[in-house]
Amino acid sequence: MTDKHHVRLRVNGTEHELLVEARRTLADMLRHDLGYTGTNLGCEHGICGACTVRLDGAPVRSCLVFGVQADGAEVGTVEGLADGDELSDLQQAFRDHHALQCGFCTPGFLMLAEAYFAERGLVQPGRAPGRPPSGAAGSEPPSGAAGNRAPAGDGAEPDEAEIRELVASNLCRCTGYQGIVAAMLATARSRHAAVRE
Amino acid sequence: MTLTGTPVPRKEDPRLLRGRGAFTDGFHARGELWARVVRSPVAHGAVRTVDVAKARVAAGVRAAVTAADLPPGLVIPVRLALRDLPLTDYLQPVLAADVVRYVGEPLAVVLAEDAYAAEDAAELVDVDIDPLPTVLTAAAAAADGAPPLFPAGNIAADVSMGYGDPEAGFARAAYAAETEIEIGRHTAVPLEPRALLAEPDPRTGGLSITGMTKVPVFNRDVLAGMLGIDETLIHVRAIDTGGGFGVRGEFYPEDYLVPWLARTLGRPVKWAEDRAEHLVAVNHSRQQVHRISAAFDAAGRILALADDILHDNGAYCRTHGITVPELTVAMLPGPYRVPAFRGRIRVLLTNKTPCGTYRAPGRFEGTTAREQLLDMAADQIGIGRAELRRRNLLRPDELPCRRPLTTLGTDVVLDTGDYPALLDAAEAEAGRLGYHATVAEGRAGGRRRGLGLAVFLEKSGLGPQDTADVVISNAGNVHVYSGGTSLGQGIETVLAQIAADALGVGLDAVHVVNGDTALQPFGSGSWASRSTVVAGNAVHAAATAVAGRARQLAARMLEAAEDDLVAADGAITVRGDPRSAVTLAQIARAAAPASGYLHPGEPAGLTARRRFEVTHMTYPYGVHVAVAEVDPGTGAVRVLRYLVAYEVGRAVNPALVEGQLRGGVAQGIGGSLLEEFSYDETGQPQAVTFMDYRMPTAAEIPPIDVVVAQQAKPGNPLGVMGAGEGGISAAGAAVASAVRDALGLAGSVARLPLTPARVAALADPDAAAGKSPPPGQQHIPSTGGAPCDLHR
Repeated sequence: MTDKHHVRLRVNGTEHELLVEARRTLADMLRHDLGYTGTNLGCEHGICGACTVRLDGAPVRSCLVFGVQADGAEVGTVEGLADGDELSDLQQAFRDHHALQCGFCTPGFLMLAEAYFAERGLVQPGRAPGRPPSGAAGSEPPSGAAGNRAPAGDGAEPDEAEIRELVASNLCRCTGYQGIVAAMLATARSRHAAVRE
Repeated sequence: MTLTGTPVPRKEDPRLLRGRGAFTDGFHARGELWARVVRSPVAHGAVRTVDVAKARVAAGVRAAVTAADLPPGLVIPVRLALRDLPLTDYLQPVLAADVVRYVGEPLAVVLAEDAYAAEDAAELVDVDIDPLPTVLTAAAAAADGAPPLFPAGNIAADVSMGYGDPEAGFARAAYAAETEIEIGRHTAVPLEPRALLAEPDPRTGGLSITGMTKVPVFNRDVLAGMLGIDETLIHVRAIDTGGGFGVRGEFYPEDYLVPWLARTLGRPVKWAEDRAEHLVAVNHSRQQVHRISAAFDAAGRILALADDILHDNGAYCRTHGITVPELTVAMLPGPYRVPAFRGRIRVLLTNKTPCGTYRAPGRFEGTTAREQLLDMAADQIGIGRAELRRRNLLRPDELPCRRPLTTLGTDVVLDTGDYPALLDAAEAEAGRLGYHATVAEGRAGGRRRGLGLAVFLEKSGLGPQDTADVVISNAGNVHVYSGGTSLGQGIETVLAQIAADALGVGLDAVHVVNGDTALQPFGSGSWASRSTVVAGNAVHAAATAVAGRARQLAARMLEAAEDDLVAADGAITVRGDPRSAVTLAQIARAAAPASGYLHPGEPAGLTARRRFEVTHMTYPYGVHVAVAEVDPGTGAVRVLRYLVAYEVGRAVNPALVEGQLRGGVAQGIGGSLLEEFSYDETGQPQAVTFMDYRMPTAAEIPPIDVVVAQQAKPGNPLGVMGAGEGGISAAGAAVASAVRDALGLAGSVARLPLTPARVAALADPDAAAGKSPPPGQQHIPSTGGAPCDLHR
């Protein structure tokens, strides 16, 4: 129990080293050890998705991943989405479509969407895939990190049914989901249009 | 142009979107200890021992306490004492000492240097309990010879209200309808579990507490009384929360334990419950059985309404006392002309988690029962469901309508509006959007689709008061210190809009702090759809007073008459002379101590505190229309379309009103179809994870159409009504109505939530494996292909 393990990882491009117990979850490590408190814990058993972060690009429920499993990985959290004072297009779309009320589930939905969009090759125009936004601290992500995969999608624009299915991965108790679907769909469409240009 | 009435983007959003929300579990204090509560594993039993000896010496543990370590006799007090019922025989102790009465009841607390160590040590606490017979339903609790939970028995209250002569109405009825409807036990389940951080201040002997978001001033005062200290020594900061919906922020046992431990140990104490705890510890709600009946004349006009209700309150009366049962009865006649009414509700104690309010308390339950009864009556009388309602809705010329009923210590006075017009508008919008066609097309294709309709009355703006301070800083910014609290509803934005309009400044210049007991010691909190009405009007009054004072000082500074001044864009200008202007920042400095502009005896500062008081609530109302499809084989119900029409007087921020309504509908669909706390025969809860307690996802919630009506004229200066609960009040009723229509039932749906097993039994009672159909239930073959019957 008191055996601690050395973990080295990057979070939003910033390198961290720490000693953690083997049983410590990635969520607790991010929140309480490293101070990335934007990742919220809603159920701690993998259902609600509020704690979704990206682990080497893939969306994971950080309550179901041990911190030691992130050794050597690139972790993306909600704190890495905005570029300085400027919200990302997805964050702005959430605001425009009233896609949040209490905001507790919001980071999970944002990270879920970004992972999905990355799989589809739909990264925000002007943002290098998987890189921290300009102005954020950090250096090159390790190879194989987020967004370096080939787009998995068929190139078609995501439709509402597809987005709604994605949104059904996580729980929101405030909004009835309509704004979340609308915000993700609007972002997918604008990014898709930009990619096609 | 005013900001009020405009869907401006929320002030809360940038921090929340960036992961900078101020949620309690994100706060830490140097030297903090983590608390873990040890809870009863038994539903009812005599406590023999709670042995913390092994836990106390476990690695990282700093303390472990039981009831024996606490000051004696501590119980959680009632916040809303009604009808002179003290309920003192049924209050929950902070930690159970002799008897446990539900699974999840706190027995001990362990404190350790880290959350994991605290959880490990909690498992080392040895609990020895002799089981006692359990009482698990309201009917069982009311029965003669039921095992008593308390020396005083199992009936905490027996409340009757009414007026007129219902018996005479039933005696001369041309038609009468009666049914029994059970509303399932479910609750708010906000996505953020509860959390607290209590930090002792060694200089003052006081405490700083983060969390407690809902009624922080009340909680501060209760805590001060229980600790025996001056209330000003406790500083509560109610900050961002992951949803409230009634359950969060009430005073629970942990709200005493965590601060008391921090004071006793002289170290900060942090506590964050997990989801399994939340589902057994936080107030449950809703569970009632209604035996409801109504009498009608030959034209379908209501002659009398009667309801006899059993309310399952769980193991204790908590802070809400009898709020939910009382509201159920008082709001039951709804928006209708009911010449005679009798309502009785018995509040029964059972070996399950105690109950409190959940969004639209009493209205979700009562509206479901009443509207199902009206659907049955319409079929019996042979008129359309909407037509029956139209004949009975109060007309505008009948308002205000003072009912001889009281609730929450106020008279029930239906104040304003046009109920039939909103029903017409909802029907027209549903028709325009093709709701009837969706039903007809489905039926033509052999599907079991139904249209649901429900009309309801809400209440909002409960007093007695709220207080707001508005302060202009030397930089010219507007600071609002409100007594409301931010539960995700967007109150920060709404109050900023109101203040900005009163002062002629932009939204960015306004900074709102809610629920800080040091900055606003007279706040009443956010609940009961009260904040836009009561806190909003308080902010309006305070900001208007500051604007008046600013104008007075500007007149001195500009050597102009006040009547010649105009306020806009953060400055006050002489009309027709744009160069003669002073900014709010300049005026604020002119109001500083030793300023030459202050007259002798005038207080310094550009600031005002104002109180808004109300003696009556204001009553919004609405209509829900739902289209649902039932799979008669599996019993699965899918909600295909959903419309809410709701009257709010004036929408300060229409986007936020729509968001409140949509979110309420989603929760209501959850409570109608999916969410239920069930128990096994020993009282063990069967829903302690999100696998068992099934909240709706985006796959279960259709797009929700919204009509926000702004026709009513409530008497407050802003002309606003509350919008927090109109999305959920009638959701149970509308979903039940749609399922009843899809299945062609003659009776009611009998029970919510409409789980697949229950719906399959309703669809084919004969096939329901040896089970008899619900009492009074008849089955009418589906009218497949027939036109939709809203006007039948």
